[in-house]
Amino acid sequence: MTEPAVRVRWLVGTVHSVRSETATARSIVLDVPGWPGHLAGQHVDLRLTAPDGYQAVRSYSLAAPADGQRVELTVQLIEDGEVSPYLVDVVLPTEQVELRGPVGGWFSWDPDRPGPVLLVAGGSGIVPLMAMVRARAAAASTAPFTLVYSVRGPAQRYYAEELDRVDGLDLRMVHTREAGPNGRPPGRIGPADLDVALGARVYVCGPTGFVDAAIALLLAAGHDAADIRSERFGGQP
Amino acid sequence: MNVVNRGFLGRRDPERVELPPGQYLTRDFPVLQAGPTPSVPLDQWRFTVRAETGAEWAWTWPQLLALPRERPTVDIHCVTRWSKLATTWEGVSLDTLFAEVETVADYALVRSHGGYTTNLPLADLLDGQAWIAFGYDGEELAPAHGGPARLLVPHLYFWKSAKWVSGIDLHHDDEPGFWESLGYHEYGDPWREQRYTDD
Ligand SMILES: Cc1cc2nc3c(=O)[nH]c(=O)nc-3n(C[C@H](O)[C@H](O)[C@H](O)COP(=O)(O)OP(=O)(O)OC[C@H]3O[C@@H](n4cnc5c(N)ncnc54)[C@H](O)[C@@H]3O)c2cc1C
Repeated sequence: MTEPAVRVRWLVGTVHSVRSETATARSIVLDVPGWPGHLAGQHVDLRLTAPDGYQAVRSYSLAAPADGQRVELTVQLIEDGEVSPYLVDVVLPTEQVELRGPVGGWFSWDPDRPGPVLLVAGGSGIVPLMAMVRARAAAASTAPFTLVYSVRGPAQRYYAEELDRVDGLDLRMVHTREAGPNGRPPGRIGPADLDVALGARVYVCGPTGFVDAAIALLLAAGHDAADIRSERFGGQP
Repeated sequence: MNVVNRGFLGRRDPERVELPPGQYLTRDFPVLQAGPTPSVPLDQWRFTVRAETGAEWAWTWPQLLALPRERPTVDIHCVTRWSKLATTWEGVSLDTLFAEVETVADYALVRSHGGYTTNLPLADLLDGQAWIAFGYDGEELAPAHGGPARLLVPHLYFWKSAKWVSGIDLHHDDEPGFWESLGYHEYGDPWREQRYTDD
């Protein structure tokens, strides 16, 4: 279980481009000279410094597999938040932020693993799971992938067009408030949404309440706790 | 190289309490863990200390509850950057448990139900610095927060305060636990910001 030590040096990332995912979320592509590479599922610590020297740090998942010195994040606006409003509404291409990482190696998927994978995302929890979907495509892996992605309504979905085009991905959208085009009535994630053969490696990510609910359903369906890896983004206690 | 983010003002803490570097205050009690919450039936619950000699000391749930209790009020600091001040706990001091244990080992590897481990020097568990806690905020400790019982060692980052604690192995050498072998610091002092391996 020994993983390479976490890089502790702060690196300077220059915003290359930004892309709106929804009305309240955007992807930020950064060039980070000295970036050591990462596994799908890992995250960075991102640091902002105000003109008077005040600093704040938050964690953000890497949304795409390693591509040289280029990294991609997707940030959801938290209205009363300290850091996310700056990243979603303020920062522009050519501006800089500080990053360090990659951090975390437990919540990661290696394209050399051939076995089936179940990804379960709530809201912005899609971000590290999208990195796994993209890593699978980049490596031309044929590992069977199921993605269960829960959002309030179709307008809250990130990476919408790209997800519809992924080859060999069993994509199951869960719309909790407004019905989507797939005919599933709106409602919270349930046992039918998560129905896959037991034995899959499972990754669950999202707000704390979502992760706890999904794990309870998975255990009730007979999945082995040892197959389930989770990452909680915070939010509800 | 100095990066300054114009347009970022930050939300300073209005109360201006002193926190370890890089931490912010939360009033929630976030839950962080690597997998599902294990359920531990109390009639099977044991807390076992294994010395470097192989000798073992074990307590059942009723035996633990029969020991003298303390009610520490402490600040806790999570490596994911939240801090929560003046949390109140109920539990048994490790000094009470270790009164019986014979050891000359320097290091402890703490074990949990579900397979989690974390390492720290034995000295950091003694002298009124650590508890086996089963109460939080006047209530039974909830499973999501480590119930029925967790280690509480608040002067280190909170991942050292292993949830669902099942025992402690004593060693002459420091052996990395779960997060420690994934790149987190082997000691984890929040005031020295020892988050990652080489901090
Ligand atoms: C390992 C890890 C990976 C993460 N990856 C991502 C990512 O890829 N994309 C992303 O957008 N965020 C991600 N997060 C969450 C992120 O780190 C911040 O917590 C989030 O951006 C809010 O920061 P803030 O400064 O805007 O809000 P804060 O000022 O920290 O908080 C403001 C209020 O919002 C609440 N809050 C904090 N986080 C959330 C949340 N996630 N959902 C709802 N309410 C919240 C707080 O409790 C508080 O009441 C990740 C968190 C972790 C621990």
